[in-house]
Parts: sequence; C-alpha cells; structure tokens
Amino acid sequence: MSSDSTAPNSTPSDSTQPSAARARTAPLVELEHMDDLWFQVAGTLCNLTCHHCFISCSPKNKNFGFLSLADVRSRLAESVELGVKEYYFTGGEPFLNPDMVEILVATLGFGPATVLTNGTVFKDEWLEQLRTAEQESIYSLEFRVSIDGFSSETNDPIRGEGTFDRAMKGVIQLVEFGFMPIITAARTWPDEEEQTVVGQFVEMLKKAGYSRPRLKILPTLQIGAEVERTGGYRESERVDHQMMEDFEMSQLVCNHSRIVTDRGVHVCPILIETPDALLSQTLKESTKPFAMAHGACLTCYQYGSICSNASSGGKNSN
Amino acid sequence: MINSTTTRIACFGGIYNNYLALEAAIADARSRGVDDMFCLGDMGAFGPHPDRVFPLLHEHSVACIQGNYDDSIGNELDDCQCGYTDPRDNYFAQISYDYTLANTSAENRKFLQQLKPQLELDLAGKRVLLCHGSPRKVNEFLWESTTSSHFLDQLCQQGGFDAIACTHTGLKWERRLSDNRLFVNVGVLGRPENDGTHHVWYTLLSVVDGKVTAEFCPVDFDYGRLAREMRDEKLPAEFVKTVETGWWTTCLEVLPAKERRLGSF
Repeated sequence: MSSDSTAPNSTPSDSTQPSAARARTAPLVELEHMDDLWFQVAGTLCNLTCHHCFISCSPKNKNFGFLSLADVRSRLAESVELGVKEYYFTGGEPFLNPDMVEILVATLGFGPATVLTNGTVFKDEWLEQLRTAEQESIYSLEFRVSIDGFSSETNDPIRGEGTFDRAMKGVIQLVEFGFMPIITAARTWPDEEEQTVVGQFVEMLKKAGYSRPRLKILPTLQIGAEVERTGGYRESERVDHQMMEDFEMSQLVCNHSRIVTDRGVHVCPILIETPDALLSQTLKESTKPFAMAHGACLTCYQYGSICSNASSGGKNSN
Repeated sequence: MINSTTTRIACFGGIYNNYLALEAAIADARSRGVDDMFCLGDMGAFGPHPDRVFPLLHEHSVACIQGNYDDSIGNELDDCQCGYTDPRDNYFAQISYDYTLANTSAENRKFLQQLKPQLELDLAGKRVLLCHGSPRKVNEFLWESTTSSHFLDQLCQQGGFDAIACTHTGLKWERRLSDNRLFVNVGVLGRPENDGTHHVWYTLLSVVDGKVTAEFCPVDFDYGRLAREMRDEKLPAEFVKTVETGWWTTCLEVLPAKERRLGSF
C-alpha cells in the first residue's frame, strides 16, 4: 500500500505473532460496528517501493494477491446484513488490478467508495468511466493520492525517483475529470514544521491547478519498510490496560473496521501481515474482539482514526 | 416515548445563535398549522447573542434535545465536540465556541445541561426518533453521499423506528428505506446550505399514505442584520462572509467529495 495504505514482506518487526503472554494480557477491543469495510484489492503489488510502506509493497511483493470483481461482489453482498457504512480500497496500488474500475463501479451501487492510490497509473478512459459512475450514484467516490512532500526534493527520496511529477500528473488528471482528490502525506517531518509544510503543500497544489486542495496528514507506522528507517517499535511501546481507562474506543480502527484480503478477513489494514490479525473467512465471523498487542496499535491509539476519511469524523471526538 | 395525537410537526436543526432565523421559522411553521415544534440541538455557535435564542424556544414551547454543542456549553467543556479534524476548521470552531460560552447565561447553560440527547415520539401511529448526529453518537456526521442505505436500514430496524430525524451536518437530505421507513436530516437554521443563497431550512414531518414524509421548508430572515450584529460582536469575517454570500468558508474539510464540490470554497 502507498504511504496512505500499507506495506511489506521483508522482515517487519511487527509482522510476527505477539507472544502468547502479550496476546493474553493486551487490552481487548470489541468491534462496535463494522462501519468501514476495507479491501486489500491489489494485494501487496505496487509499481513503487516506498521507504515508509508499512507492508513493504513493491513490484515483486506477491505475498497477498489481487481480489477479483467476483470476490468483491461477494463481500459487498455479505456486508449488507452487517450494515456496513463505507467501503475502502487499498493495496499495493489498486489500479494495477485489472478489475479495479469495475470494482469501484459495482461498489457505488452499494455505498460510498474510497480508493487509496499513488496516482501514477491512471488512464483517462478509467477516470471517464468512474466520473460517470459517481454521477449516477447517490454516493461519493473519493480518491486519496499519496504524495509525501511538496516537491521532488522532499517526496522522491521517500517514494522513488520521478514519483512526485508522476503523482502530480495524476492529481491534475483527477481534477480535470472533476474529482477532488484528498492528498495524503505521511508525516516524515518534525512536528514543529507541520504548519509550514502544510502551507507549502497547499501552495504547490494550487499553483499546479488544484484550486481547492484537500489534505490528510498521517502518522508513519514503524512497521514494514519503515522499520529500516526508524528501527521499529520498542518492546515497551505497546498499549496497556491503564491507557485504555476513559479512552474513546471509536478512535481505534479495529473498533469499527475490518479488511478483506485474498486470505480472508483481517482486523485492520495495518496489520494484515501479522498472523493473529487474520480473524476468519467470513465477515460475520470476523466480529470477535482483538488484542491490541502490536506496536502499530500504539500509533493508532495515539493519533486516532488514522485510516478513515475526515468526513467520517465524529468517530474521533477529540 | 411521547404519546400524542400529533400528526404534523416542525423539526428545526442547529440554530447556531441565529435567533432571527429561529423567529422566522417559528412563524412559518405556525402558519403551516403544525401541532408541535422540536429543535434537534446545537442552539449555539457561529452567530451573535446566544441568549436571544432561549426566550423564543420557551415562549413558543419548542421541545429541545441536546446536541454536542449544548452538552459542551451546558457543562462548560473546553470545546464544542463538533468532530472536526482539520486544524483550520478547529481554529474557527474554537473562536465560535469561546464566544458562545462566554455569552450564554448561567440559567441558559443549566437549561442546555439538563436536555436529553434523544426523543421518541408517536406521529399518527408511527414511531419517530429525533436525535442530533445519529442514534448511536451525538456528533456523528451522516452525510448523504457517505451513508449507505443498508446502514440506515439497520439503524431503523434495531431501534424499531419508522423514521429517524437528525441534523449536525448542516445539510438537509432524506432517503426512503426498506418497508417505507424514512431517514431525514432536517437541515439547520444557523447558516445557509453552502449553495450561494441566503435562506436556511427546517423540515415538516407528517404521515402521508401510511408513511412518515418529510417536507423541506426554506426560511427567509434578515441576514443583513445578522451580518451586522456578527461584525459588531467582532466574530470572524469568514463567518460573516458565509451569511452574506451563502457559501461556507470554514468547517469544509469534513465534507465528502460530492457535498464539497457543490460549494464555492
């Protein structure tokens, strides 16, 4: 998945099963309601190899495979009974999946759809089809495009040579087709520079022709490829029971989401590589509680609702 | 549950201190022959002179439920709990909140504090739930373009409701669900709908042909006076611009794509 999405196959420190003792003692999170259903629609295949990808997606990573249109249709049908509110698509790069356009068109018949993309592989005919599908639907189609810096100099060291220009071309393509993409950037700068960096982002997007830019800033997750950059989570960096006292549980992704991959249903988009996160084969059976035993759970705890769109706010009433 | 012989009600969404629109909406609803009037919460925010809203509510027996803003003001919390995530949106929301808290009397704060978050009523034999954000959370945003029908069906079925009415997002919409159930966002009186017009909206609910039916009613009010009073109270120019132009200038980042595209900013 892109920075906004996911990650890796190498040796992520957090992709191993937590010890039995830790799994037993970690706070349990109940699924309050399956608001968001995610699809790892492109598996772990991506045309880019970003340094901070939390599942180390790459052109060679086939740990997880594509979901077909039939797979997604079947899950959409299954989701109706559970009252799923919104659908999200990630990878890898979703648009490497040859069924992607049809999948989004089908989804817009069920509910709102959001696709997390690196923006580098769009074809005009796809966007034309998707524009028509969204106009005919009562639901929104959101594009979240990952760009991790407001210039080639800041973005390309993270996402790869030439990716800034390619992603910006994709953003402008979307804008020309009438979409208003949400630009998502992983926070790879110091907190004190946030205001300046966000300002530079906005200015750059406006100058490029996106007059009303939308931005979503995400924390980095120290798993997957990001382990090599940051060293990963320390053993002490975990959520404990004391921290859960008076905590707003709806801030946690596992409180209101599940994700489908070609292996089954997992707890959240971030932890698909961890064995204990694979919960079941059906959506209905995936509603069991989950033990927050991973380092990445701490980031989710600290920042809250990191995967959802801002329009789903109210889940995180901070 | 309120049992009554009510057949036609007016539902007012967030007032946001816009007592001028409230006054006009009450007059309009009376002229349409409603049995009862309800306010679905968020009396404060955005506009001037918070205390001018309450005498109107009391004098005309508008039954109120508690929105997130009312909970915050009533309990003197630090912020409005609106659920924004963008720093700019939160910056303006805080200005508005601090002003409203400082200008709401102790008596009115107490009134807000004791309000209940939801109200069930019998509308000509149909079970209707009035809530602020959603039946499950006071500050949940239920936008038309990001709320699936099966999600709404489930909310109705779980509570056994024939209709659910809410507000909170600032934009009115309705959807007919399975078994002729209805979900409706009643809009708000506080500010125009981000459509370049000056009027605001409230909703009439009645039972027609055996099903709960919504009628959206536009309300004209003296927006020029509201803008002047907002300036006099030194409220942000961005808020005044919304009243004068009908376009939202703040709290935009929570809008989904379809709703955002309809606006100007």
